[in-house]
Amino acid sequence: MKEELFVSGRDIPNIDPYLNIWHWQIPLYLFLGGLAAGILFFAGFYTVRGKADKMQATVKWAPLLAPIALVLGLGALFWDLKHKLFFWQLYTTVRLDSPMSWGAWTLMIITPISLIWVASYMKEMFPWWDWKFDFLNKAEAWVIKNRVGIAWVMMVYAVILGVYTGILLSAFNARPLWNTSILGPLFLVSGFSTGLAATILLSKDPKERKRLSQIDLIFIVIELFLIVHLFMGFLAGSQTAIEAAHLFLGGPFTVTFWVFVVMLGLVFPAVLETLELLGFHVPKWLPAVLILFGGLMFRFIMVEAGQITRYLY
Amino acid sequence: MRYAMAIDTKKCVGCGDCVVACQTENNVPHGYCRDWIVESVDGTYPSLSLEFRSERCNHCDNSPCVRCCPTGASHKAEGGIVLVTHHKCIGCGACIQSCPYDARYPHPEGYVDKCTFCIHRVEKGQNPACVDVCPTHCLYFGDLDDPNSDVSLALKDRKWKVLAPEAGTKPQLYFLT
Ligand code: SF4
Ligand code: SF4
Repeated sequence: MKEELFVSGRDIPNIDPYLNIWHWQIPLYLFLGGLAAGILFFAGFYTVRGKADKMQATVKWAPLLAPIALVLGLGALFWDLKHKLFFWQLYTTVRLDSPMSWGAWTLMIITPISLIWVASYMKEMFPWWDWKFDFLNKAEAWVIKNRVGIAWVMMVYAVILGVYTGILLSAFNARPLWNTSILGPLFLVSGFSTGLAATILLSKDPKERKRLSQIDLIFIVIELFLIVHLFMGFLAGSQTAIEAAHLFLGGPFTVTFWVFVVMLGLVFPAVLETLELLGFHVPKWLPAVLILFGGLMFRFIMVEAGQITRYLY
Repeated sequence: MRYAMAIDTKKCVGCGDCVVACQTENNVPHGYCRDWIVESVDGTYPSLSLEFRSERCNHCDNSPCVRCCPTGASHKAEGGIVLVTHHKCIGCGACIQSCPYDARYPHPEGYVDKCTFCIHRVEKGQNPACVDVCPTHCLYFGDLDDPNSDVSLALKDRKWKVLAPEAGTKPQLYFLT
């Protein structure tokens, strides 16, 4: 048996007895980042493949959500900073070792790209739209002409953004639950899946929805596989990793994780989507809403649980 | 130069003088601390062992807190002392998440703070406040590259350990056992 006590009355707010320095803002930010990454990736993907006409919601309408999600996410991140007035310090240095730093720079690049993308479709989406200034019209014409090129850049940054939402956590080797290289791909896949779900909600075209559901199904299967892999990795790891896994296997996060994230957020929507593809009638919004809910829960649980895993005490 | 500290767990009585000295010396806000005492009991009755440890930032050689800081506020100063530049810190908490020893805390003024090995005293050739105040003289501070420094001499003829070596941070706080 080992028992360790603070005898100096150490009781620092947010640090003792459990680290809780990141609150709802960070998981929300990770969720919105993943969502935007998913939306932008598929908008770029179908543009590059020349299917923009067939995938109207994917290429045109859903990207409207992306800049909104990115700005809200950045707002949440800003809210969580304890020293807000020094925010600009993020942009006076590039620190490749720090995921927080390259996340900030990635957002700095992808947010304007997403805005340009949306702007170039404004006239198509809203026929009464008018840019008022001549130079804006010229810029628009340039963007429309170079859409495929922009789509490529957007896809690359969408992948970086999606992976980053996981790497932000996995880089902290002091928190055993986060410190696994699976988190990058897992958050990427989960983010893409939420992006697809949001697009499905917006789409009015059954053919497009079917296509998106098929892709989404593949992503859900990959995600489930990665989750199994995650736990196998922990259970085969050091004592701290095993303890981290036990938070979800009998510990305080067992019900929330397996019921809300895995069952309601992945398995159930996968079953519904399969039934739909087989021709059964399923309310079209149901699987999508469940996936969005599961994705959000997943990030809240991971951030919360990760902070209470540690090496000492 | 490589500053380090050795803590004699056999001599420490857990009086907490080092904690109070640090709070006074460094104007640590009320309710917070940069160093603290852990009482560690190991084993099962009747073969129990007790150890007192005065803990603080380990000024890790391979410091994750410095690596993950997005602004460069967390950095390594002369002799490997890990410091935070207050006016560069945005209070994002990345360094707090990355420290396996939970040695950092968010100062109520927003920036992140922690033990500095009293660099303002060390620069003048003095010891950190906790070292000087310890009534049992169980803290040894100095330059590991100097074979005659207090810390080198203490480590030479005693057995020692570091905390959570598996975290890979190469801590510079040595506990004499
Ligand atoms: S103990 Fe923590 S704060 Fe100190 S150098 Fe190591 S990782 Fe950084
Ligand atoms: S809280 Fe401050 S010192 Fe810590 S990582 Fe963020 S900017 Fe750097």
